[in-house]
Amino acid sequence: MDDKKIMVSIDNVGIRFNLAKERVDSLKEYFLKFTKGALHFEEFWALDGVSLDIEKGDFYGLVGINGSGKSTLLKAVAGVFKPTRGKITVNGTIAPLIELGAGFDMDLTARENIFLNGAVLGFSKEHMLAKFDEIVDFSELHDFLDVPLKNYSSGMVARIAFAIATATKPDILIADEILAVGDYAFQEKCEKRMQELLDAGTTVIFVSHSIEQVKRMCNKATWIEKGKVIMTGDAETVCDAYSAKY
Amino acid sequence: MIKNLKGSFQNFYRYRFLLQNLIQRDIKVKYRRSTLGILWSVLNPLLMMFVLTMVFSYFFRFDIENYPVYILSGQLIFNYFTESTSMAMESVIGYAPLIKKVYVPKYIFPLEKTCFSFVNLCFSCIALVVVMLVTGAPFHPTMILALYPMATLFVFSLGVGLFLASSSIFFRDIIHLWSVFTTALMYASAVFYPKSLLDGSIMQFLINLNPVYWYIDAFRQVVLNGQMFTFNHILVCALCAVVAMVVGVKVFRKGQDSFILYI
Ligand SMILES: Nc1ncnc2c1ncn2[C@@H]1O[C@H](COP(=O)(O)OP(=O)(O)OP(=O)(O)O)[C@@H](O)[C@H]1O
Ligand SMILES: [Mg+2]
Repeated sequence: MDDKKIMVSIDNVGIRFNLAKERVDSLKEYFLKFTKGALHFEEFWALDGVSLDIEKGDFYGLVGINGSGKSTLLKAVAGVFKPTRGKITVNGTIAPLIELGAGFDMDLTARENIFLNGAVLGFSKEHMLAKFDEIVDFSELHDFLDVPLKNYSSGMVARIAFAIATATKPDILIADEILAVGDYAFQEKCEKRMQELLDAGTTVIFVSHSIEQVKRMCNKATWIEKGKVIMTGDAETVCDAYSAKY
Repeated sequence: MIKNLKGSFQNFYRYRFLLQNLIQRDIKVKYRRSTLGILWSVLNPLLMMFVLTMVFSYFFRFDIENYPVYILSGQLIFNYFTESTSMAMESVIGYAPLIKKVYVPKYIFPLEKTCFSFVNLCFSCIALVVVMLVTGAPFHPTMILALYPMATLFVFSLGVGLFLASSSIFFRDIIHLWSVFTTALMYASAVFYPKSLLDGSIMQFLINLNPVYWYIDAFRQVVLNGQMFTFNHILVCALCAVVAMVVGVKVFRKGQDSFILYI
């Protein structure tokens, strides 16, 4: 019996970028190219015909080498990119942890940033006030609350970002290499928090270059290369196939 | 269509705190480093008015009653228009780092700049009241009606801002063209000369095609002259606002999904 709800359905998705060198930024360039009949863009498909279904309760891993399109896929799920082709359906709220420090203003203090970042994620001020202590406790940065964020180390920024995004139980948590910058103790703590969320019914999509980590934490995985799906299956099998090649 | 609209409003409701936060941050950042802080938002229009009044009453002798108030009222409305549209135009590009990382409805950024600029306009109105007190200008009961041109101008500027924000992403030249255009527009808005100066010239016809002139004129009608709006004031202010908004929203919606590829 298949009683699992599909949380994210990715259906034959393609995302195209125009490469920067072909960008027509100004009217002059546009006219020059137009008159020369050279107004075409060099196209680049960062994702091509990707289809995946992510079910409720999955801890879903994505593996692939640098530039294979993992982050692009996550951004498309989070709504940052709109697919050029195909369709993405998301059922539920998303907490995106794709690039750390998104929605942070480095000139503001950590305290101010907690509210700003919360607002960027669509949370209300009351909600952030209620969660404030929990966020500060989790990030363990009590002594640095009134320091501008530009004076933080990248690991410290990561702590705050993770704490904010996971303070509210989202339906879907997207985590792109976020554990890479934290120290060992904090990585443990994050893993534990993700496991808690998972037990409470959150679906996690997880990218990491540590195959060992993906194997340990994920139940399913997909291997992406040059924007195409190479293999989908349970995490063990996919990771073994992936590490056999690299 | 109705469902679409409902979705947009829910979306807006969810992101109202972001709007509030960004406006607060803009105000904070603008005045953080200066000693006089927020006082500058009143001092700035006052000093500008002082300079303009000195210059223009030295070179020209316009037959205008209470010239400082005349010039300040024109300048305040005109500056709001230029400031808000220019800031809205560059807002999406300015927030590129954020837009590339998280999903946020894109119209928030031009809207935020238009609101922030409106806060500045309100501060400038304090300056206007100060000048009126100092120069002994009468306070007419019609003054309260100034909210009408201000509100419609807000909608008008937002529409223009949305249009510019979207089109400048695809053609960066627009940013430079717009600053030239607004400079030219100032001379066609009767900010520092009386409209009667143009009587009989082609400019008299042209100035009526300038929406910003109508907002300035409507504003002065109730604040300086203490008279009710004419029918044309009411009509033109509303019509320009609606047209700009419809065009702005259309153009912005059409472009917004590809912004990310160009910023
Ligand atoms: N905004 C963009 N404009 C143009 N090309 C882009 C853009 N974003 C990503 N790309 C390209 O898309 C491809 C996939 O990038 P992506 O960031 O998804 O890789 P990744 O799998 O996350 O790699 P990594 O492991 O290094 O994080 C890359 O070749 C990159 O150059
Ligand atoms: Mg990546």
